[in-house]
Amino acid sequence: MHQQDFFQNAIIYLLAAVISVPVAKRLGFGSVLGYLLAGMIIGPFVLGLIGSEGEDVMNFAEFGVVMMLFLIGLELKPNLLWEMRKSIFGLGGLQLVISAVLIGTIAVVLGQTVGAGVAIGLTLGLSSTAIVLQTLNEKGLMKQASGQASFSVLLFQDISVVPILALIPLLASSAFSAGTASHEDIRYIGELEITGWVQVAMMLVVISGIVVVGLYLVKYVFRIIARTGLREIFTATALLLVIATAMLMDLVGLSPALGAFLSGIVLANNEYRHELEADVEPFKGLLLGLFFISVGASINFGLLISSPGLIVILLFSLIAVKFMVLFILGRFFGLRGGQNTLFAFALAQGGEFAFVLVAFSLNNGVIDAGVSSILLLVVALSMAVTPLLLLLNDKLILPLAFRSEYIREHDVIDQNGHPVIIAGFGRFGVGMGRFLIANGIKATILDDNPDNIEVLRKFGFKVYYGDATRADLLASAGAGEAKVLVVAVDDKHQSLKIVDLAKRNYPHLKILVRSTDLDHTYELLDRKVDGIKRDTFESSLRLGTEVLTHLGYNSYRAHRLAGTFRQHNRKVIHELYRHHGEDEKKYLSEAKKFASELEELLQAENEDSSHEQDCSWDVSSRREEIQQINRSSPKGSN
Amino acid sequence: MNRVSILVFHPLMHKSRVNQKLALAVDGMEGVSTRFMYDIYPDFYIDVKKEQEVLLESDTIVWQHPFYWYSSPSLLKEWIDLVLEHGFAYGRKGRALEGKQIMSTISTGGRREAYLSDEDGKFSVRQLLAPFEQTTTLCRMNYLSPFVTHGTHLLDENGIGEAASGYAKVIGALRDGLYSTEELRKHEYINDLIL
Repeated sequence: MHQQDFFQNAIIYLLAAVISVPVAKRLGFGSVLGYLLAGMIIGPFVLGLIGSEGEDVMNFAEFGVVMMLFLIGLELKPNLLWEMRKSIFGLGGLQLVISAVLIGTIAVVLGQTVGAGVAIGLTLGLSSTAIVLQTLNEKGLMKQASGQASFSVLLFQDISVVPILALIPLLASSAFSAGTASHEDIRYIGELEITGWVQVAMMLVVISGIVVVGLYLVKYVFRIIARTGLREIFTATALLLVIATAMLMDLVGLSPALGAFLSGIVLANNEYRHELEADVEPFKGLLLGLFFISVGASINFGLLISSPGLIVILLFSLIAVKFMVLFILGRFFGLRGGQNTLFAFALAQGGEFAFVLVAFSLNNGVIDAGVSSILLLVVALSMAVTPLLLLLNDKLILPLAFRSEYIREHDVIDQNGHPVIIAGFGRFGVGMGRFLIANGIKATILDDNPDNIEVLRKFGFKVYYGDATRADLLASAGAGEAKVLVVAVDDKHQSLKIVDLAKRNYPHLKILVRSTDLDHTYELLDRKVDGIKRDTFESSLRLGTEVLTHLGYNSYRAHRLAGTFRQHNRKVIHELYRHHGEDEKKYLSEAKKFASELEELLQAENEDSSHEQDCSWDVSSRREEIQQINRSSPKGSN
Repeated sequence: MNRVSILVFHPLMHKSRVNQKLALAVDGMEGVSTRFMYDIYPDFYIDVKKEQEVLLESDTIVWQHPFYWYSSPSLLKEWIDLVLEHGFAYGRKGRALEGKQIMSTISTGGRREAYLSDEDGKFSVRQLLAPFEQTTTLCRMNYLSPFVTHGTHLLDENGIGEAASGYAKVIGALRDGLYSTEELRKHEYINDLIL
């Protein structure tokens, strides 16, 4: 591609996304529909800004699905996957088989051969991982029952693409129309079996290779990379990891998405998990967007216009059949009410694998060109209506049919989310972290010093490597579900950056901050955070208290004096804050700043003779009064 | 309308059955301020000036607390020791609280019969509240009959709810000045007058 073409195309795609996605979002449709619409508009049938190269783009953009599965793998602990085995193989398996049988039967009734019927049934039985997961994620439904069930089904479908690809060549019309298999066919099957064994062995080698490397090697590589402090190299390593796994899996004949998913799971317990997530996430997002645009662009409006009735009926039947199968199976697998309709609507479309499988079937002579273009159109349209169906479910069906339940479900909060995020786990953060952990409070800890992480992990802390000033990292650390964010980093600018970021994106979070100096405190007061503690104040005050006891003050008095001073200090800081502002202090060097801060504080110390707190315990004023009374009336016997 | 200030002293509010419900019943009532003192002073470091200002701005003050060892949780004692300063609350020049109403709201596990003073070695609730009564009298305040919830361990949800709505009624009556100070001091418990 010429460079100029590249730029021109980039501008068309990006502009289309930038315009249509915010509009779709604003209208409440979600990003997927926005991308699809953008694709339709710039596609060959409306504006014609992109042409046949759209297909290349689609092939490239499908890599977004690979990355998405990698990210999903990262969030999934192996034991969780094991718990899901029943729904993956039971629910997922039954869904594919029953849908394929029903759809295939319809195809045969409509005049297709049995072989074509099987191919069409299996192809259309698959749903769209990209659309479903992206939409459910966006709606925050992945951790609910419907999200988990959808995920199981999609995972099974992903696994089954491999055997389907192996099956399609056997379905070529000659094999079935003849009624009996010829010798040639049998020999072909035999060969497949032989290469099959080699292939299975290679698969096992590759999979165990991924597991071993992921579990034991990768963390050392990441540690070395992290120490360089170069973020783009870390990103490059993350991408390298995903692409290499995908390619390896492809080489041995497994789905690249499955490979990425596997390596994601293997790395789910890795200390660099959040950083990896943050690095891969934007690529995934853009590629998926690109993928949706190309799906939109691929919609053949010419065919739709020439035979609208047929297409609409096929589209409707596809969705109706898949919906019914999903709905009934969902009930059997314990999904109730609104969760079940959501699950059934979410998965009722054709998927991106259909584009591959239809092309493959066509090449193998299983279906003819006319059928193939109809199938492609129906699948693309079914993907495009999915966001609309979910919207319908959200706005009409749920509120009408399952009102009370609908309200309750929103209280179900992610059971894995930690309530506290601690950014910065150095000398300061550790004490607080230990205190929280000692009281059974789970905290997600972010730190960007790789050496700290190694030590802390050795002692069983959950510490993740990462720079908390990045929005994506905060998001993947669970800022959406957490209650409290503690900013305990020692760098003032970094600290303010985190505060700003969290204030902007997570207004529900309580933000408690370690302050390093008076200026920092002022800046934090400007930002109205929920709590500020000067990092050295408490310990120096405690040590000061000990100084008093060593000078002969009794300890309780020293303790109370410290209390008075603490209260007084709070007032002083707020007083100074009211008066600070456009003074020249900003332009002073750090050393001078410290001196002038000291002067400010000491000045305030002299001016405000703090209210003596404990005078009630001191009876001298009472004694004086009584002695006075006695003097004025000598007869008094008090 | 009287300005009512309720000071709630309970060190374990989240486990309290009765005091929590009582406080919730009056929290947010118009003209009534409810302050949870253990939340305000978790370190027992009472801001004396601030507390005195609160007293100056109130016409009726309520000490609400469980009847720990026939007395109060320790923070109320600390509060009394520090806030009722000589020269402010008592003494020749200490007239800041003169004429204000003050009432104890207490809850106790024992039933009313357990506090019948005619038995050997037993004292009535009013006798046991004498230090509070005498303290406030020295401060020239009017100590009202206390609001007492007896037998808290045996109260079920309904019983607690009843006590809470009774409490809200009493506080409302104090706020609206429905009874004269003499009437409010006449009975053993204020429950006997209003409920």
